[in-house]
Amino acid sequence: MDFSLSEEQQMLEDSVAKYLSNDYDFDTRQRYSGSPKGYSDEVWKQFAELGWTAVPFSEADGGFGYGPVEIMLMMRLFGRGLVVEPYLANVVLAGGALRRSGSDAQKAEWLGGLIAGETQAALAHIEPQSRYELDNVASTAVADDQGYLLSGHKAVVLNGGNADLLIVSARTSGGQNDADGISLFLVPGDADGLTVRRYATVDGQQAAEIEFDNLRVAADACLGEPGQALPVIRSVFDEATLAVCAEAVGIMQVMTEKTVEYSKSRVQFGVPIGSFQALQHRMVDMLTACEQSYSLLLWATMLAADGQEGTAHAISSLKYQIGTAGKKVGQEAVQIHGGMGVTWELDIAHYFKRLTAIGQLFGNADFHLDRLAV
Amino acid sequence: MNLTFSQEELEFRDQIRRVFENEFPDDIRVQRDSGVTISPDDQVRFQKWLFERGWSAVNWPKEYGGTGWTPVQKYLFMQELAEVNAPDIVPFGLSMVGPVIYTFGNDDQKQRFLPDILESNVWWCQGYSEPGSGSDLASLKTRADLDGDHYVVNGTKTWTTLAQHADWIFCLVRTNSDVARRQEGISFVLVDMNSPGVSVKPIITIEGEHEVNEVHFEDVRVPVTNLVGEEGKGWTYGKVLLQHERTNIAAVHHSKFRLRRLREQAERSVRGATPLVQNPSFMRKLAAVEVELKALEFTELRTLAAVSAGKAPGPESSILKFVGTEIQQAIDELYVDAAGYYALPFVPEQYAPDFARDERIGEGNETRASSRYFNFRKASIYGGSNEIQKNIVAKHVLGL
Repeated sequence: MDFSLSEEQQMLEDSVAKYLSNDYDFDTRQRYSGSPKGYSDEVWKQFAELGWTAVPFSEADGGFGYGPVEIMLMMRLFGRGLVVEPYLANVVLAGGALRRSGSDAQKAEWLGGLIAGETQAALAHIEPQSRYELDNVASTAVADDQGYLLSGHKAVVLNGGNADLLIVSARTSGGQNDADGISLFLVPGDADGLTVRRYATVDGQQAAEIEFDNLRVAADACLGEPGQALPVIRSVFDEATLAVCAEAVGIMQVMTEKTVEYSKSRVQFGVPIGSFQALQHRMVDMLTACEQSYSLLLWATMLAADGQEGTAHAISSLKYQIGTAGKKVGQEAVQIHGGMGVTWELDIAHYFKRLTAIGQLFGNADFHLDRLAV
Repeated sequence: MNLTFSQEELEFRDQIRRVFENEFPDDIRVQRDSGVTISPDDQVRFQKWLFERGWSAVNWPKEYGGTGWTPVQKYLFMQELAEVNAPDIVPFGLSMVGPVIYTFGNDDQKQRFLPDILESNVWWCQGYSEPGSGSDLASLKTRADLDGDHYVVNGTKTWTTLAQHADWIFCLVRTNSDVARRQEGISFVLVDMNSPGVSVKPIITIEGEHEVNEVHFEDVRVPVTNLVGEEGKGWTYGKVLLQHERTNIAAVHHSKFRLRRLREQAERSVRGATPLVQNPSFMRKLAAVEVELKALEFTELRTLAAVSAGKAPGPESSILKFVGTEIQQAIDELYVDAAGYYALPFVPEQYAPDFARDERIGEGNETRASSRYFNFRKASIYGGSNEIQKNIVAKHVLGL
């Protein structure tokens, strides 16, 4: 039983922490968030130069061969820094599908650019009707002698508006909820027949609604075994769930710290509001929520890193905890900041919104509790 | 980062487990499984069984007859203890006064008291709380006035758990009232319960059992040789005692055992009824408590890892008590939920070991659920109420 970091892990964490503290303050983040792409290309290039985009890819694929622990370390700090650069969409989601299922040729074509920070990618799996059911896919891929014709609608595709590469799921066979028959396809972002409606999300990031009707792709655009993509998608979503939970823990920790600090300086009735017991106990509850969430994060991440049985159960436990504890910490931080907590000006409001968005991603608290309650 | 215990630690655990499986007294196991109240004689027999294996003083260093175990070994031992549903070790001698005596007592006191504590020959109880001082312990009023080579003790201690079986009591008493801070002038003394002037009056708690007492002291003469450490330093010693109480304070192992048993209960169909496991509302509540407990398990392991590495535990250690007791109480509520109508019968005599089994009420232990639920409302009140714990965290961890 050991919770300490290896030398390499410590160096990685230090490098992220140093960059964020030197070059990524809240005002800068707001500027990137408000720019047309919703993030900074220049910052993304720096992420690549620092090696961060290479973290989970194998050495053969040009990466470092790291795993869930390293992703967790980075994402927790990205949470603290409220980073808008699309690490989750590129590296964890699209990159996760590509590295698990890509043929040598497919990886050669796309992974280099992704790791170099030159190619933007997105995983387009969720649909308007699917909510959190990963097997619910209505989009279709009809095979013919030239390849496939794709038709369907993909919902709230993270980073979808910026993507040079879309990894799109569609049914090559089976009914809407069948486990078998789901396939993944590599689709260039500028392919004819794609309708991409880009929009901002409440957390200062970007997503898109993506529709396609008889979109032509070649036979070699299929990623992995046709019809057998669901286990890969589940595994990618599990890893993405861990990643956003790590991000959420970072956010919860920083919100708690900022709230405690604020309560020491904000004076009402002639005393700092932090001297009121009603508020003290609520801040202790915030600390408790952070510590308990961090404990589950370590448990689930280490299980996933070891590939141990029970990982899916652990991830649902963690996501349920993040959903409930994150809501509590976010709401309390806003409440204790008073009127300022509900202004656009204050970072607390933006942390709260990102935490709320994470609560909705990859299964909300109810969804994961139902999975545990059997 | 590594989730598993080392090979040596696992071997240690297996060794303990084998002994529990093969040698644990069968009749005590049966009593525990059927939910009857363990008699004081059986309690002592169980603790002597631990002593014979060198396991009675889990926290003590080897030189005083303790196990000398590492924090991880202690953790694994407590886990195995919970897994066989063993009785709790009565803490007052082995976990509380013992460490105070070997840390602050003189050689004579160590020789007089420690062997009998180790062997559970002497039953101790704790004289801290008073009728007027609950969570505000420093307001205690029991006085010990020096008269030659004796203190004369007058006052009342309350909530004294199992004092009706006790041979000795350790007390915080005021030896000096003329002090700048109330925490000064308090001393730690050991009192023979057979001394003239000591009387014990039962307090019947909410569920109808006799567990706690008031202990009255009327001109009780206590030899000054029973003062532990220096006069007026009792508050400091008392705090050290509370630190020793930390091991297992969250009761994670016990809660894990109880949740697992509750799940098994929920899966059983009673007389053809739909098992509770198919009730989504109940199962969601159960699952939510399981998540909270898993988090606490790893919060405790983080503390353990820090202590094992020779570091001071982080803020996570400060939440163990109040989260642990909240979880215990949440589990109690689930048991009451699960008991349905059988939460109603109030028949305390059926928990005596000699009560005829075929006259007991209910299918299983369901009728125990409400008595435990009522009794364990104490958990968030004793040892410094959970509100006091939060005050402490606010002050010492958050700096408020």
